[in-house]
Amino acid sequence: MGYDPANPMVDRITDIGPPHFEQFYPQVIKDNKGKWLYHEMVQPGVMVHVSETGAECYTVRVGAARLISIEHIRELCDISDAHADGFMRFTTRNNVEFMVDSKDKVQPLLDDLASRGNKFPVGGTGACVSNCVHTQGWIHCHTPATDASGVVKAVMDEIFDQFTEMKLPAKVKLALACCLNMCGAVHCSDIAILGVHRKPPMIDHDAISGLCELPLAISSCPLGAVKPAKATNAKGEEIKSVTVNAERCMFCGNCYTMCPAMPLADPDGDGIAILVGGKVSNAKSNPTFSKMVIPFLPNTPPRWPETVAAVKNILDVYAADANQYERLGEWCDRIGWEMFFEKTGIPFTMKSIDDYRLAYDTWRTTTNFKFTSHCK
Amino acid sequence: MPKHDTPLLDELESGPWPSFVTDLKRQAETKPECWDILGQLELSFKDRITHWKHGGIVGVFGYGGGIVGRYSDSPKQFPGVAHFHTVRLNQPSSKFYSSAKLRDICNLWEKYGSGMTNMHGSTGDLVLLGTRTENLEPLFYELTHDLKQDLGGSGSNLRTPACCVGPARCEWGCYDTASICHALTMHYQDEIHRPAFPYKFKFKFSGCPNDCVASIARSDFSVIGTWKDDIRIDQAAVQGYIKGEYKPNGGARTNSKAFDMEADVLALCPTGCMRMKGDELQIDNKNCTRCMHCLNMMPRALRPGVQQGASILCGAKAPILDGAQLATLIFPFVEVSADNEYENIIEIIESIWDWWMEVGKNRERLGETMQRVGLPTFLRVMNVTPIPQHIKIPRENPYVFWTDEEVPGGFERDVREFRKKHAQ
Repeated sequence: MGYDPANPMVDRITDIGPPHFEQFYPQVIKDNKGKWLYHEMVQPGVMVHVSETGAECYTVRVGAARLISIEHIRELCDISDAHADGFMRFTTRNNVEFMVDSKDKVQPLLDDLASRGNKFPVGGTGACVSNCVHTQGWIHCHTPATDASGVVKAVMDEIFDQFTEMKLPAKVKLALACCLNMCGAVHCSDIAILGVHRKPPMIDHDAISGLCELPLAISSCPLGAVKPAKATNAKGEEIKSVTVNAERCMFCGNCYTMCPAMPLADPDGDGIAILVGGKVSNAKSNPTFSKMVIPFLPNTPPRWPETVAAVKNILDVYAADANQYERLGEWCDRIGWEMFFEKTGIPFTMKSIDDYRLAYDTWRTTTNFKFTSHCK
Repeated sequence: MPKHDTPLLDELESGPWPSFVTDLKRQAETKPECWDILGQLELSFKDRITHWKHGGIVGVFGYGGGIVGRYSDSPKQFPGVAHFHTVRLNQPSSKFYSSAKLRDICNLWEKYGSGMTNMHGSTGDLVLLGTRTENLEPLFYELTHDLKQDLGGSGSNLRTPACCVGPARCEWGCYDTASICHALTMHYQDEIHRPAFPYKFKFKFSGCPNDCVASIARSDFSVIGTWKDDIRIDQAAVQGYIKGEYKPNGGARTNSKAFDMEADVLALCPTGCMRMKGDELQIDNKNCTRCMHCLNMMPRALRPGVQQGASILCGAKAPILDGAQLATLIFPFVEVSADNEYENIIEIIESIWDWWMEVGKNRERLGETMQRVGLPTFLRVMNVTPIPQHIKIPRENPYVFWTDEEVPGGFERDVREFRKKHAQ
C-alpha cells in the first residue's frame, strides 16, 4: 500500500476538498454558533463573546510570524491540548486564537504562554497595531523588491507595545508586500510597506529565445515600453529579441513575470515605499486605497532602520493627533494631506503627485486648502 | 548539511517580536535543510536581492494548480533548497483546526518537506514551504489517503475561497460564511484544481460590512453580510453605555474618554440618521447605510436586523496591471441559504464566468474586464436592471452611447432630404 511510483494513478484520490470545519469547532462554538449577543475586550489580546444561552467564549489572541516551523505549530498544539481542548484557529492576520469556555481558564493559559519566552505575544485586538500581514520576500519569492519576514520582524520589534496595548485612536492595520503584485490587501491598509523596483529590466539576449514568447513579453507592458528588436547573442548570432524604452518604464515588473529573460531586481534600485490611509471596513467612511507618502527608502538589511523609523513616525504623529475612533485615513482626510506632510515632517516631492492613469482624480480642484510651510 | 554563518540574520534573533530566525534554527536541528534556507536568506541579506530563479512548473498529475515551483539560483552552495516548491493546502473554513489535524500535517511535512510553513498564505491556504519535485506525488498520495484533504488553487483558476469567522464566534455575522465557503469550495473543485480562466478569480466571504477578510479589496467575487430591516435596539443597554456601565467600542481602547453618545456615535454616523429623544435612541433606518459604526461602538445595545443576507460586489484586485480596484456593488441584497444549496449565488457566479471566460483577455482580472467594457455592459451581461446603488454619482460627461433602436426613426437618414430644407 501507499504511493507506488510505478503506478501513480492507482487508487488516486482527487478533488476531495478541505476537511469540514465543524469537526474543528470547540464545544462552546458548536453549541452557540449563531447565538452570540455581544463581545468585549477583557484586556488586550483577550475577548469574551457572550451567547443568548448565557455561555461565554473567551478568546486569547497570540501574534505569530507568518513563517513558522512545524516545531512551533506542535508547541501551539501542546498549548491547545493543555488549555483549550485541543482546538485553535488562525486569523486572516496570522494570529492564533485559543478559545476557552470559562474565565477561570484564561489566566492559566496566559501564564503558560508567557512562560515560553517571546514566542507567543498576546495582543492584536482593538485599537492596536495589527499583526503585519505580509508576503514571502527573499525566503521564497522570485520577483521581490525587498524581503518580507525580516522587515516585518524589525518593524514589529519597534512598535511591539502598540501590538500588546490598545491605546491608539483606532485600529491600525499594517501590511507588507514585497513587490507591486501585492499578494494580500496591502493597497487598502492603514500603513503599507511596499517593495518597489527603480531600474528598468535588463534583456538577457542569450536566454530570451528559449525562455520567452516575445509577443507576450511585448504585450505585458502596460505603457508600451517593450518593443521588438534585433539583438546579437553571446555566440554572435542575430536573434529576435526586445528592447525597453527606459523613459516609459514604471518599474511594475510585469514583463519579468511574463519573461524570465528580463530581470529587473537590483540591490540599489530596489527598496521600499510607504503608503498610508487605506481601509477595507465600511464603518463610518467608505473603504479606500492607501496613498503613497514616501516613494522610496533603501533596502538596508538586517533591520531596515529607515523603514522602521518611517512607520514609527507616522504611527506616533497619528496617535498624538487623531481623534479617538478615527482611522488613520480618516485623520488624514480631516486634517488635509498638506497637514499630514506638515505634522509628520515627511518631504513632499514630485513623486507624491500621481501621473499614471486617472491621475486627475487626485489633483486639487478647489480653493479650499490650508496654508502650511509648503506654501512659500 | 552544514551550518552557514548568518551574522546578519542573527541580528533578527533579538527583540520582543517572535523571531523567524530562531524558529528556523530550532527546526534545523531535526530538518537540516533549514540550514540552507538560512544560508540562502543570509546571502540575500548580504546581496540585497532574491536568490530564487524565475518560476518553475511542477505539480501533481491531473492538477494544474496547488503547487508553486521554485528553484535556487545557487543550488551548489545550498543543495538543501535546490528545489524549494510550495504546496498549498486548502484550509478549513475560518481556519479552525484541531491539534490532532495539525499534528498530522506537521508529520506529513516533516516526512516530505522542509518543516517550514506559512500559517497562512494571503489567499487563505495553509502553505507548506519548500520541498523537492520527487516528494510531490508521495506527499499528495498521503495527503488525500491518510489526511483526507486536498490542495488549494494557484494560477489562472478559482483560488482557494476564504471567509471570516462568521456566526461561529461573532454576533454580527449576517450569514453563515463558513458554510457557504465550504459548500462552494466543494462545488467548484474542478475550477480550483484545473486552470481554465483568463486569470485568477477569488471568492471571499465576510459576515458584515466590517469585512474582516478584506473581501471588498481583493476578491473578484465579494460577498458581504448585511440586513434589510431595522437595527435591533436594546434601550436599557443604550442607557448602560450612557451611564458608563459598559465599555464603549467593545472595550477596544483602554484609554478612551468617558462615553459620549453625541460625539462618539451620533456625530460620527455618516448618514446622520440617529438621534436621542429623551432617553430613547432613535434610528431612521430608511436612511441608514448599515456601516456598522454604531454597532461597533455599542455591541451590547445594537444588533443587525433579522432580515439578513448579503451584498455582492465584483471586480476587486491589487494594482497589477492597470491600478488597484475596489469591488463594485452589483447585487445590493441576496439571500444566502444552505436550504437552496446557494443556488441563487451559484447562478450569479456562473453567469459571470460564462461571459468572462469568453471576453476576458489573457491575464485580465474580472475588474479590468469590467472597466474595459464598462459597467453598463457588465450589468446587461448579468441581466441586472441599473439602479442608483450601482454608482457613487451619475455620469459627469454628456457622451451617452445611444443605439439605433433607442432613437425614433433610427440612425439611417437621407442627407439629400436634409439638404432640401437646409442649403449647404
